[in-house]
Amino acid sequence: MAKVPAAVIGVGQTKYQAARKDVSIAGLLREAVDRALADAQLTFADIDAVVVGKAPDLFEGVMMPELYLADALGAAGKPLLRVHTAGSVGGSTAIVAASLVQAGVHERVLTVAFEKQSESNAMWALSVPVPFIMPVHAGAGGYFAPHVRSYIRRSGAPTNIGAIVAAKDRQNALKNPYAHLRNENTTVESVLASTMLWDPIRYDETCPSSDGACAMVIASESAVGTSGVTNPAWIHGTQMRSEPTTAAERDQVNPQAGREAAAALWKQAGITSPIDEIDCAEIYVPFSWFEPMWLENLGFAAEGEGWKLTEAGETALGGRIPVNMSGGVLSSNPIGASGMIRFAEASLQVMGEAGEHQVDGARKALGHAYGGGSQFFAMWVVGADKPSN
Amino acid sequence: MAPSESRVLSAPMKVEFDYTRSLGPVLSRFMSALAQQQVLGGVLADGRVVVPPPEFDPVTHAAVTELVPVSSAGVVQTWTWVTEPVKDQPLDRPFAFAHVLLDGSDAPILHAVSVDSPAAMSTGMRVKVRWADEPTGTIRDIAWFEPVGDEEPAPSASVETTGEPEITGIISPVNLEYMYAASPEESKFFRGLAEGRILGQRCPKCQKVYVPPRGACPVDGVPTAEEIELPDRGTVTTFCIVNVPFQGQKIPIPYVSAYVLLDGADIAFLHLILECDAADVRMGMRVEAVWKPREEWTTDLNNIKYFRPTGEPDAEYETYKQHL
Repeated sequence: MAKVPAAVIGVGQTKYQAARKDVSIAGLLREAVDRALADAQLTFADIDAVVVGKAPDLFEGVMMPELYLADALGAAGKPLLRVHTAGSVGGSTAIVAASLVQAGVHERVLTVAFEKQSESNAMWALSVPVPFIMPVHAGAGGYFAPHVRSYIRRSGAPTNIGAIVAAKDRQNALKNPYAHLRNENTTVESVLASTMLWDPIRYDETCPSSDGACAMVIASESAVGTSGVTNPAWIHGTQMRSEPTTAAERDQVNPQAGREAAAALWKQAGITSPIDEIDCAEIYVPFSWFEPMWLENLGFAAEGEGWKLTEAGETALGGRIPVNMSGGVLSSNPIGASGMIRFAEASLQVMGEAGEHQVDGARKALGHAYGGGSQFFAMWVVGADKPSN
Repeated sequence: MAPSESRVLSAPMKVEFDYTRSLGPVLSRFMSALAQQQVLGGVLADGRVVVPPPEFDPVTHAAVTELVPVSSAGVVQTWTWVTEPVKDQPLDRPFAFAHVLLDGSDAPILHAVSVDSPAAMSTGMRVKVRWADEPTGTIRDIAWFEPVGDEEPAPSASVETTGEPEITGIISPVNLEYMYAASPEESKFFRGLAEGRILGQRCPKCQKVYVPPRGACPVDGVPTAEEIELPDRGTVTTFCIVNVPFQGQKIPIPYVSAYVLLDGADIAFLHLILECDAADVRMGMRVEAVWKPREEWTTDLNNIKYFRPTGEPDAEYETYKQHL
């Protein structure tokens, strides 16, 4: 049986910022949900099921938050599912929601992901000392920095590539009213001059710690037809892959799971040359060097050559493959929501609703997320046209 | 293995953090009122009054905005007896947990009732709030409920205060104490360390040597039974210099957190590099373990205090590039 065509018909985001002390976690989610429902011209009564995602529970210290959130999410009397795949959770949550529609189970599914980092300390939550081993772990930056060093060595990239990415994303963020960081004066030079935190990663090459939520309404072809939405973002393909955290000679620069997910995604979406056929991409880049790394992992560039696209300005707005037009994870990072924001921003691009950071004439866009020790990957392609497959 | 020795090593592991919870508009008003010995209920769309007030109406899903004062006394609807109170429960002696329907509300609040024995509890009995001696602006301002005396008049509904709520957040401590158990294979590895030996295991299929051993090859999914003793020297594959202070940090910054690939192993593990300037650490650097004095050895990777340069020429890139 063929999949039911499905599309994003509503997107809602909160303004991302360091601390939203005026709302509870439930209130934060509701802000995004209310905006997504309004965008889709729907109410809770129209929603068949709710799929919620968030990062590991220790990040906020609320165990099984989906129980407490049922009221706020209008989930009474409906299926309520929680998805959990570490940092990629926002992406995989959207994919689970989409699959409920594509499978013909539901007509309209509300999906939402969130994080209220101000209530906790992610660095602490990621560095809890475990008995018997060396306590050298130092958060996500400490985990990923050695692999960034490996990328630089393997690719021979100039050492300022990370700074180019950071400066570009911070400039893009100025065009996005929802972005957390609004650092007008960020330049390649200022990034290079910022403090070295986890050598080779500098302060300005890292993501901020944000509060925020992102929600989407995903509808079936028939529900799109009866909605008032005329510019849906059609889902052309979705893929998820996982791999072990540690294995002998595991490639953490260009992980197998990411490569295979991308290859399957392009095939599913009928894309033979991603760089030519994808108009723009929202890629999960929490540390600047992951832009060139994932450009290669996703097949936008050959191995070892992703940095050349970045260096040539091809990933900037107006470039050959604009990346993170919204400012990306480097400018807003409510961890649990960050993956969904990538998926939602890709949708906004093909809906033509990305505002100042809109890529002119974007017809096909990639949304991407990864999580854990680069071991969970989730990605989708959305398009302005209904998929032919 | 001595008969008394467990197959696996275990050690206590503590996870604790004080989360700073924002209450949002509804619960801020509720908690602020509690600090003034007043109880507020939320008015739902159908007119019911619920304590504590929910943020969103369970039927219409609309935000609850109207809060009204209710009495601090009410009726026990149902209850259960707690024979052995645990830490941080409202009372440190046996007590009842009860659903109490406060006068003026339409749904019960779950809280503790202080009586001497279950014989003193009954459905339908009247109880009232015993306020905490010192207000904290949390639900604990209701210390517990206690029976209302026969001749005692029930307190009337409290008077609602106006103005901005003073309490907008609470501290939510989480304190988890685990007994962490290493796997049988890791336990052998850690016990080996207590004898100054580094033990790995080889996968019979892909022939890769894992250290610490995993028990099963994550790629082939087969048991890794063959034990391999490894030397305490190897090569730095990649690393980072940690320059970030954070809560719970054990090692003074800056420090080099490096992947060390022991000679003969096929997977690197993280350890510290010292006895050289952090800026001089490089990929391919040859390093050796510096052990603690023998009498301090335990079943812990910390027996190796750190790795230091051996002074040998750097390893050729070709010999470790598959580990980057």
